[in-house]
Amino acid sequence: MTRETLFNAVLGLGLFAFPLWAWWAEEPFMITLSTRVVILALAGVGLNLALGLGGLVSLGHAAFFGIGGYAMGILASHAQSYTPLMEFPFVIEGTKSMPVIWLVAVVASALAALVIGALSLRTSGVYFIMITLAFGQMLFYFAISWPAYGGEDGLSIYVRNSFPGLNTLDPIQFFLICYAILGAVLLLSARLAASPFGLALNAARQTSERVETVGIRPYRLRLTVFVISGMITGLAGALFADLNRFVSPSMLSWQTSGEIMVFVILGGVARLFGPVAGALLFILLEHVLGGLSEYWHIYLGLLLLGVVLFARGGVIGTLAGQGGKHG
Amino acid sequence: MSFLLLAEQLLNGLQFGVMLFLTAAGLTLVFGVMGLINLAHGSLFMIGAFAAAAVAAASGSFLLAVMASIAAAAAAGVLVEVLVIRRLYARDHLDQVLATFALILIFSEGTRWLFGSFPLFLDIPDYLSGPVTLPGGIDYPLYRLTIIGVGLLVALGLFLLIARTRLGIQIRAGESDREMIAALGVNISRLYTVVFALGAALAGLAGALIGAIQSVQVGMGEPVLILAFVVIVIGGIGSIKGALAGSILVGLTDTLGRALLPGLFGLFMEPADATSIGSALSSMLIYILMAVVLIVRPTGLYGARA
Repeated sequence: MTRETLFNAVLGLGLFAFPLWAWWAEEPFMITLSTRVVILALAGVGLNLALGLGGLVSLGHAAFFGIGGYAMGILASHAQSYTPLMEFPFVIEGTKSMPVIWLVAVVASALAALVIGALSLRTSGVYFIMITLAFGQMLFYFAISWPAYGGEDGLSIYVRNSFPGLNTLDPIQFFLICYAILGAVLLLSARLAASPFGLALNAARQTSERVETVGIRPYRLRLTVFVISGMITGLAGALFADLNRFVSPSMLSWQTSGEIMVFVILGGVARLFGPVAGALLFILLEHVLGGLSEYWHIYLGLLLLGVVLFARGGVIGTLAGQGGKHG
Repeated sequence: MSFLLLAEQLLNGLQFGVMLFLTAAGLTLVFGVMGLINLAHGSLFMIGAFAAAAVAAASGSFLLAVMASIAAAAAAGVLVEVLVIRRLYARDHLDQVLATFALILIFSEGTRWLFGSFPLFLDIPDYLSGPVTLPGGIDYPLYRLTIIGVGLLVALGLFLLIARTRLGIQIRAGESDREMIAALGVNISRLYTVVFALGAALAGLAGALIGAIQSVQVGMGEPVLILAFVVIVIGGIGSIKGALAGSILVGLTDTLGRALLPGLFGLFMEPADATSIGSALSSMLIYILMAVVLIVRPTGLYGARA
């Protein structure tokens, strides 16, 4: 067992044990805080696939986060007002069922990622960063100026959506749903990195020409990972909107893209548990520093600057060393 | 839509474009010469606006305020370059994005801490306020006309600086081969600081000029930053000419789109639908323009390399 696996195990267990303790101690706020960590980590795991494995620096992942959020908001708001989403050519009703909402969120994000990725991947380097940013902004302004679903004010739903057999209004049960999803996605992410697809992608990130020489098209690999990455972040968006029972254009803003990227970098790029460590640290800082000073973003900025300049490899890189780094 | 209104919108688009050019020029220069992607460029724009508002409030002179904005932004630029940016030139773009994102957090919260969350106001001086009548009978605000003039003058100055002066030669040489010009005895690290300060000063000037039209507030830099990105991606990163073409294109597209699209949709739609679809589409128009440009020319209109 390498130090990184040990660290991952401690992190995973800790993230599970803390809310259980909070549940026992009747501190529902702490459970909600842990749920936030888990959901944001999930968004980061999505980005980490594109960023760490594929080397695609996307500054527009808020687009997928927001699409997931709006998938939840739109379906649930139609369900709570008993108005169908669409009447022609066939009737589509809104829904309050989480699995259906997740499916819609994932499919919608996948389609968006397919379009955005297919266009953006024609460029590379700085152009890629900026075009993904621009696509994110495009959706952001669309959400702001489209009045049907709340425009700038966003959409609220009254009651959290339901999951068959569970009571999602109970914070610990909702936490467990999110935790299970994060676990499944982490497993998938690890399998993906070790698969022939992941290895080819990794090679394409390092030397694209060699991969082409053996007859693999890097464009396809990158587009595939971009779509998978968008799907995961979209799913996180749906969960995040469900946690807050609210979705607004701010989920699509470029600050959100920046923050998701911060989770990945703080924790360590291309590390399996990097986004988990990053999201945990971010929320912890927000909670602790936010209590100390109204201007806690200054300290966050300084810390982030310190990590980028001096502690490359993020939290996991610093604690676990360079050994065992995959990707 | 009448001719007068259209002409006025054209001028508004030109004014917007010229402002974008002042911000985008620094961004593209810094990327062209140093290969650095600087998200904190919008913060320098904001610093310029705040410096102008503070000096104008203290001294009452608009000219002094504009000079202060240039000086403050350039000083902030030098400080940031020496302390942080200098360590990022050799890093990959991801590190640059993150570090400059961190700088945005620091600058924004620092400004909020110094000036508070309420917007400041910068007044247009008496000698620049009021309309002028242009040939053809168009009444247009003198201040906006002045902005167009200042912007075009700066663009001309920048072209001359880069094409005709010794500093310009060094900048162009630095773009193509930094080791070689260092070997020829040019102090490359000082050159980088100068280029960064120049870009910052232009952004600061834009901030002060725009600050008199809008309100001066924390977070005013980010929308401009993103538009400047769109501009330089359309124009081709590193190209001043591209930045100018891109700025005017983006300025005109955005302004004319907002003015014309709702009316255009109104020709064949219900007025309420036309307004909402028109305004939604017009706010996305420049991003659609950018996507189209990149699909046709993946390195922008004037870009040579990726």
